[in-house]
Amino acid sequence: MQIYSAGSSFEWFVAHLTQSCAADGLVSYCRDVITELTMLLGLNHPSNFNPYPVTLLTQTTLVLIGTVLLGITAGLVGTFAYLRRRALAGDVIAHAALPGLCMAFLLTQSRSIGVLLTGALITGVAGAFMMSLLRRVTRLREDAILGTVLSIAYGLGIALTRTIQNNYRNERGADLESFIIGRAATMLRSDVLQIAVAAIACGIVVLVVYKELKLLSFDESFCRVQGWPATGLDLLLMFLTAVTVIAGLPAVGVILTAALLIIPPAAARFWTDRLSLMMTISAGIGGVSGATGTLLSARMDQMPTGPLVVLTASALFVVSWMLAPNRGWLWNRDRSEKELAAAAAEILRSETSSRAEVKS
Amino acid sequence: MNAFPLFAEQIPVPFETVWVWIAHWLGQSRLAVENAAGTLLVGALSAATCALVGCFLLLRRMSLLGDALSHSVLAGVAAVYLITGSIDPIPMFLGALAAGVVTAVATQFIHRTGSVPEDSSIGIVFTSMFAFGVVVVSRATGVHLDLDCVLFGDVAFAGMNFTPTLGWLLPKAVHTLVPALIITLLFLVLCWKELRLTSFDPTHAATLGFSVSVIHYLMTTVVAMVTVSAMEVVGLLVVALLTVPACIARMLTDRLGRMLGIAVLVGISCTTIGYFLALRWNSSAAGLMAVVAGVELATVILLAPRYGLLGRLRRSVQLRLRIAAEDVLAGLFRRMERTGTAVSESTSDCQRLAGNGLAARSAIRWLGQRGLLETSAGMVQLSDKGRRYAQGLVRSHRLWESWLDQNFDLDPDHLHGPAEAMEHYIGPSVQRQLEDDLQQPNADPHGREIPDVPD
Repeated sequence: MQIYSAGSSFEWFVAHLTQSCAADGLVSYCRDVITELTMLLGLNHPSNFNPYPVTLLTQTTLVLIGTVLLGITAGLVGTFAYLRRRALAGDVIAHAALPGLCMAFLLTQSRSIGVLLTGALITGVAGAFMMSLLRRVTRLREDAILGTVLSIAYGLGIALTRTIQNNYRNERGADLESFIIGRAATMLRSDVLQIAVAAIACGIVVLVVYKELKLLSFDESFCRVQGWPATGLDLLLMFLTAVTVIAGLPAVGVILTAALLIIPPAAARFWTDRLSLMMTISAGIGGVSGATGTLLSARMDQMPTGPLVVLTASALFVVSWMLAPNRGWLWNRDRSEKELAAAAAEILRSETSSRAEVKS
Repeated sequence: MNAFPLFAEQIPVPFETVWVWIAHWLGQSRLAVENAAGTLLVGALSAATCALVGCFLLLRRMSLLGDALSHSVLAGVAAVYLITGSIDPIPMFLGALAAGVVTAVATQFIHRTGSVPEDSSIGIVFTSMFAFGVVVVSRATGVHLDLDCVLFGDVAFAGMNFTPTLGWLLPKAVHTLVPALIITLLFLVLCWKELRLTSFDPTHAATLGFSVSVIHYLMTTVVAMVTVSAMEVVGLLVVALLTVPACIARMLTDRLGRMLGIAVLVGISCTTIGYFLALRWNSSAAGLMAVVAGVELATVILLAPRYGLLGRLRRSVQLRLRIAAEDVLAGLFRRMERTGTAVSESTSDCQRLAGNGLAARSAIRWLGQRGLLETSAGMVQLSDKGRRYAQGLVRSHRLWESWLDQNFDLDPDHLHGPAEAMEHYIGPSVQRQLEDDLQQPNADPHGREIPDVPD
């Protein structure tokens, strides 16, 4: 499969974009993107099937599609995780996925990304399950349990990775290690396809059980009293988180996937008090971070995509935190100063008037 | 003449003869044994230091801080590299330390001013700083800034890199680990009272006039220092050394001093066993250290005497058995009371008294063994000892019924149920209190005589 070098492909992409805009407008470019997407999803005619198709899109656009979809999905799913105060569960799942990748490779000797990610999904979900089990049966508290499960799973992952690297002297060991930081710039069609499938599946599930998840996020006890299967919904949410995390692993890696689940919802929270709006903004911030990060990394040499996506999201978080109306920092600082000044004036006035009364 | 005038010939390794002897005994080279000893020393030092601060992190519900610090340290190292352009270890160490403190402060700041939940604010800060670090490290071409070392740690290298230290040849990591351990111990000794108070009851500490936030930030700085110095050895897995030994110790004890001791021992055992497993399986020592810690934690969760799962299961089975046995005794006593003479019952009748099932069958066998029941030819009757025991039970039952009747507005037919449950928990001293409260009653609300204290 041909992989374009990131820098030159960006120039090609810009040139291509400007040319097509000049020739027959953005429409033709959009048509190319849609054609590529249908090919990617295997929706085109089977006779066209070609394992190594000549791409209409550059590597950058492929990566762009992947990271934007990933950002949107993570923003959607992360909103609920954030509201349920489970923001770091994604982190634990991502770390717990690492041993699964290695075990899948050791057991099947397969290099297929699907097999590896299935293994990752199994151990990731097992990690999340361990977490809730330990919370129930031991006297340890939430934070200690998170740290424990995360570090033990990561340790097991590192040990297995090393073993594979030392015992299978081929490119495979290095490949497994690439899951730790991610390798978005060299994302393959199969990776993007996975992200697309995960994005669509998560999107549909979230839309279908939107009302129930909303209830669960804001008032779990009421949800139970109303007779909804709160535990089942909780598990569903955990599963959605796991699917998002696992789909994002090849692109942004074990350590940074959690950021995509936490930062966009936290930023979106500053702008609104409505869940539907928060989800939209969060998905938007995720998508914009994905796009900006990818384009920046294509623009500059030796810039890893995953970390840049995360940094863009953090920049958007800082902007939201500072500027958002009502909940933003500047707004509140202003308001609290004004309120303080008003209160001080009030006290002064009452004091002078009471003195005047005493004098008279 | 030696072609390479190694300083190793002038500067000795401590306990040289011991290593020579072990090398001879194992049939290994002396260098290999010295390297192993150096690695074990470095591992034990980092484990002990991490375990000490980890206990306080656990008690203060700050375990995630260790995780966050270990990630954001990369940002500090990267920032120092960006500013100075060198990889001199001392500025790097200071930069990493500063990054740790910045993480803790930024987390609190976002949590307070943005009303972001604390775990989310930790997640935001450390992932952003780690991403920044990775970006800078990837840009740093031609300079040896080792991302792998941060990600995986390098126990073996840290233990092999011998340098002359105070007249001895010691692993280089000792230069940072020993001061870190000493500072940690000093901090613990000097602030012991304040630490203990603020960890267990911050509100009480604040009302007594201790500055909770000063202790918090001192603690954070010490944790940052410990994390940075141990990361050189174990990488991101410093989290495992911070949390897991403390968790194990917490499962085993309720005393702070003992908890610290256990955590240190557990930490050292993890690094030692992990190192040897890594040698055996040709794998990562830091990773296997975390795995060993996980196995130890699982063992403790199962087997811990007081808080372990099996211990709790055993206690609940014992309680179930005792209740079944006491039900049998009390039931037989009531029948004896009704008929006025000692009665023999069939075993199956007795079992019915305790609700049948396995618990009832085992309870009867247990009573027979303890000599509380006398069995002959399938018939069972109370022994003398059993009669006295049962008399105490029925006394508790009827006292409780009377007390309920006196103090609560309950129908007479609602008195038996609660008393049936409570009779198993009322000892002689509570009996005496109830009796005093009721002013020496003779009969329960149903008109049955309350038996005397068994002689």
